[in-house]
Amino acid sequence: MIEFHQVFKRYEGGHEALKGVSFELPAGEMAFLTGHSGAGKSTLLKLIALMERPTRGQVILDNQNISKVKDRHIPYHRRKIGMIFQDHRLLFDRTVFDNVALPLIIAGVSDREIPKRVRAALDKVGLLSKEKQLPIQLSGGEQQRVGIARAVVNKPPLLLADEPTGNLDPELSADIMNLFAEFNQVGVSVLIASHDLALIARMRHPVITLKEGRTIRNELAEAAFDE
Amino acid sequence: MSKSNRQNTSYKISFLDRFKMAISLHKKNAASTLLDVLRHPTNSLLTILVLAIALALPTAFYVFSSNAKAISSNWSGGVQMALFLKDNVSQEQRAELVQELSFRPEFKEVVLVPKEEAIEEFKQQSGFGDALDYLAENPLPDSIILTPYDTHSAADMLEQLAQELEQNPMVDLAQLDMAWIQRYQAILEISQKIGTFVSILLAFGVLLIVGNTIRLAILNRRDEIQVIKLVGATDAFIRRPFLYTGFWYGLIAALLAALMVNIVLLLLQRPSSTLAELYNSGFSLMGLEPNQTLTLLAIGAGLGLFGAWFSVSKHLKDIQPT
Repeated sequence: MIEFHQVFKRYEGGHEALKGVSFELPAGEMAFLTGHSGAGKSTLLKLIALMERPTRGQVILDNQNISKVKDRHIPYHRRKIGMIFQDHRLLFDRTVFDNVALPLIIAGVSDREIPKRVRAALDKVGLLSKEKQLPIQLSGGEQQRVGIARAVVNKPPLLLADEPTGNLDPELSADIMNLFAEFNQVGVSVLIASHDLALIARMRHPVITLKEGRTIRNELAEAAFDE
Repeated sequence: MSKSNRQNTSYKISFLDRFKMAISLHKKNAASTLLDVLRHPTNSLLTILVLAIALALPTAFYVFSSNAKAISSNWSGGVQMALFLKDNVSQEQRAELVQELSFRPEFKEVVLVPKEEAIEEFKQQSGFGDALDYLAENPLPDSIILTPYDTHSAADMLEQLAQELEQNPMVDLAQLDMAWIQRYQAILEISQKIGTFVSILLAFGVLLIVGNTIRLAILNRRDEIQVIKLVGATDAFIRRPFLYTGFWYGLIAALLAALMVNIVLLLLQRPSSTLAELYNSGFSLMGLEPNQTLTLLAIGAGLGLFGAWFSVSKHLKDIQPT
């Protein structure tokens, strides 16, 4: 699903966020991306979503070198990826329903279809009863679930999550992670950046560890090697 | 490549569905932005008023200058020449001159206005009335009013004629109101040029005002735009509501401008017809005709749309998700 080949990213001003990262996430796999803050986790996710472009190296998504995606085609690229953020990035002047419906409206799904799909997504994250509420009326964990519903409503083949449990207590964090595992079980590839090592250890999924912009441990590769 | 990308989304959307949705999105955008403008009158009222004034000024100018042109075109058919006679001309000489002039082929009409008649008319129309009775003697000269045939109404012909008639020893002054018309037309031409220039400036003003309003709207919704871009919105999708907002601003402002101009015209209707009567003119003030109103609305909406377009294409690029 995702391949990184010797990817470098240097920001304007000289900061080198990634210094030769390589890994491969097979389709349908779920993996964690970990490392201290500043290790390059967010940058790595941004490269996949084309929020940034690599300075050097190749990022391949779905067998396609995404450096060839032109700027005006970035929106279509992003529709293949469901993104979840630590700060949820919800629209606070719209109801839960409208927030989740947004990707469908953007993709041009018909008015008949939208309510069905939105409710299916909300049902999956357990918020069907709160569709008419505003995000501000929900708890942090619920807001994160709205963000997840929005990310999956279009049924993208890949989910990217950047510290999705950063602001949640351990119990809620485990719930959220289990939710991701459920999506993974129906075939969605999932890559989660997190530094909650205890939680990651319990999840039993491969872990890619970054340190100062380099891959220092890649359990995905090790697993492949073991086979 | 975009095509294959779109088809990669797990939900397949047929071309017809996409077309239907595009239409319905346009409708929704148009309706929601109009409601937004109308629902927050405090935000938009001031802007719309400024725009309306900027549109009303050139419109009013256009209406007045076309009225002014209509006045002068009434005149050019009815050019008259006045011969003011010297004081020492006797009644017989006077009659002889009138006779002589009426035989000439240039004049349709030759009317003698004796000074007694002239002062009576002046008394009636000037409103000085009795005050003039206190004058020891009538200060007005005898005059002959000459109306040339249209075929002899060309400016240079009449000027030659006036010069020739002035040679006559009985004539003190041959006055052609042509000169006045020419001056009037020259002034009209200059003021029209100035008007065009000011209109262009005001049109730019409208573009800038709409552009700035839209710029602020974009900055206000910066976070929202970032989120929408993250979930795969194209620039066209993000641009559309702002373009509609600009369109509505322009259209509503143009409607207001048409209203303002019509109110001014209504207020001027009576004084202008009184003035026309005083000049014995059948002139009546022309208002904004339906097609001119439509043109104004189209210009207003167009300027609004373009102002928004410039602003959106300049500022939307700067907002990228981080």
